Amino acid sequence: MADQQKSKQNLTDRKPCLSGRGVTKVFGVGNKAMTAVDHVDFDFNEGDFVSIVGESGSGKTTLSKMLLGLISVTEGEIEFQGKPRDISSGAKRKEYWKNIQPIFQDPFASYNMFYKIDAVLDDCLNMRGFKSAPEEEKVRLKTEACSFVNLKYAELTNKYPFELSGGQMQRLMIARIFLLKPKILMADEPTSMIDACSRATILDMLLKLRDEVNMTVIFITHDIGLAYYISDKVYIMEHGKFVESGPAETVIINPQADYTKRLINDVPKIYEKWDLDTVARN
Amino acid sequence: MGKVMLEVNHLKTKYVTRFHEDVYAVDDVSLKIEEGKSLGIAGESGCGKSTLALSLIGYYFAPLHYMSGDIIVDGVKISAMKPDEVRKKILGNEVAYIPQAAMNALNPTMKIIRFIEDVMKAHNIKMTKKEVYDMARERFADLGLPEDVLNKHAVELSGGMKQRTVIAISTILSPKVLIADEPSSALDVTSQKMVIRMMRELMEKGYIKSMIFITHELPLLYNVTDDIMVMYAGQIVERGTAKEMVFDPIHPYSKGLMGSIIVPESGVRDHKLTAIPGTPPNLKNPPKGCRFADRCKYATPTCSALAPDMKEFDNGRTYRCLMSVRKIREVYENGGSAEVETEFD
Repeated sequence: MADQQKSKQNLTDRKPCLSGRGVTKVFGVGNKAMTAVDHVDFDFNEGDFVSIVGESGSGKTTLSKMLLGLISVTEGEIEFQGKPRDISSGAKRKEYWKNIQPIFQDPFASYNMFYKIDAVLDDCLNMRGFKSAPEEEKVRLKTEACSFVNLKYAELTNKYPFELSGGQMQRLMIARIFLLKPKILMADEPTSMIDACSRATILDMLLKLRDEVNMTVIFITHDIGLAYYISDKVYIMEHGKFVESGPAETVIINPQADYTKRLINDVPKIYEKWDLDTVARN
Repeated sequence: MGKVMLEVNHLKTKYVTRFHEDVYAVDDVSLKIEEGKSLGIAGESGCGKSTLALSLIGYYFAPLHYMSGDIIVDGVKISAMKPDEVRKKILGNEVAYIPQAAMNALNPTMKIIRFIEDVMKAHNIKMTKKEVYDMARERFADLGLPEDVLNKHAVELSGGMKQRTVIAISTILSPKVLIADEPSSALDVTSQKMVIRMMRELMEKGYIKSMIFITHELPLLYNVTDDIMVMYAGQIVERGTAKEMVFDPIHPYSKGLMGSIIVPESGVRDHKLTAIPGTPPNLKNPPKGCRFADRCKYATPTCSALAPDMKEFDNGRTYRCLMSVRKIREVYENGGSAEVETEFD
């Protein structure tokens, strides 16, 4: 945990990596308009482990899709490395995606079932310009990536995705990130389909990515316990707005907003009493 | 000691695959639940938790096959009955089951009240529509569900509301045992808490007499159930009260599981999460010795040769390991390093 303390100290003097001012997303028009993300401001610095926490429907995933450039921003500006982000053309968007990569919630839906898993890793190598590299070099890189996530490449090669377990699939997604080494990793609920035991392994790997590759990790979750354990900075999201943000220790142990208090209250506890009567019956 | 509601003795069930291979998903499981008690079953994906739940309700339709053992629900031996007979006489009346994707169990074209009428029809209970409606309304009100839910379609309800509706429907005949398989895994924390609160009310108001709660969320089990049972590779490896299991696990696997608990409470950040390396064994041909031997950091060559039996200690706690409790505690205290020589007695 010394690393975490160290990282906490120089939270302020890191370079900004991704920041947004008044970022808004409205779905629909006229009287059917629905504001999913409502004028949010944020600053994610290089090497930060940031969590965005909120319940279902609070706009977490919409925000992540905007940051990834998968959907357009209705209003507001997103800055990438201090300059306004430009993804107006296909080529520019591709260039941007070299810097930001996602891991999604459902590992079973992240693979093309018709391709062997080698194809996933080969794609990454091609993207990084190893297309014409000798075969041994490719295998070496792929083996290195697999061993980073405690998988054995020799056991995985020539297999189809459905032959792996959910935990293995999600780890392979992280191996993919390790190969690509983007500046930012957008992890959208990467552990919610994984059981508690493999979850620890996945979290460790995300921390390792941050520490070894100095990646900025944006971790989206509804589990405030996870966010507390893993992140430097926490943003709490309610109905498309950030109601509270700050270092994890301050926000979770000393919550100010009622919404944060309720979220923390609703998570089952083991050291303190968990009061069931505080939740509404209907 | 209360009346025993559900008793399972040495239950063995298997799956038969398309290639006629046997997968021994539940292997020699024994358990007992008394009236008014709840039991939690924990374990990682693929350890046989859901198969155990299906086996307990006598759902022996291909590919699941019954092999041996007894299931006794309040004195009635359901393992000797035919699956169809179990479905007609036992399911709903005596044992209720909430599947993992209960939220998707509601037919979108039917109003909620129709499901309750269906339950009555399936169990040959003669009631007029008016009577059914009155009974359902009373039960729903008692459980804190709004009355207008009865006249809605499933699509009009939120996820948490759907889940609670399914629970209310499946317990409408006041079964003796409720088997809930991950009832809250797909919900956010607030809806989850509402579901848990409702399940506790079901117990307190006597609509259900006992409950089996299956989940991999250990902090949840700790708060909901009296006892916790840890399952690994089709076998029970440890059973104890919730408190004992979370703060004083004995079996190395339980220890690993409890080490993966994350809660938003001060001091948690200083803990190191323990992850258990490796994957569970293939149950097509389970290992001869201890099933956990490959992944256990305290394992010795004897472990992979000799299969441990369930042993009892203290007051009714059981565990499945070759080491004695005293030895295990010693090993854990010495920093749990693998260098500590493990002995057998």
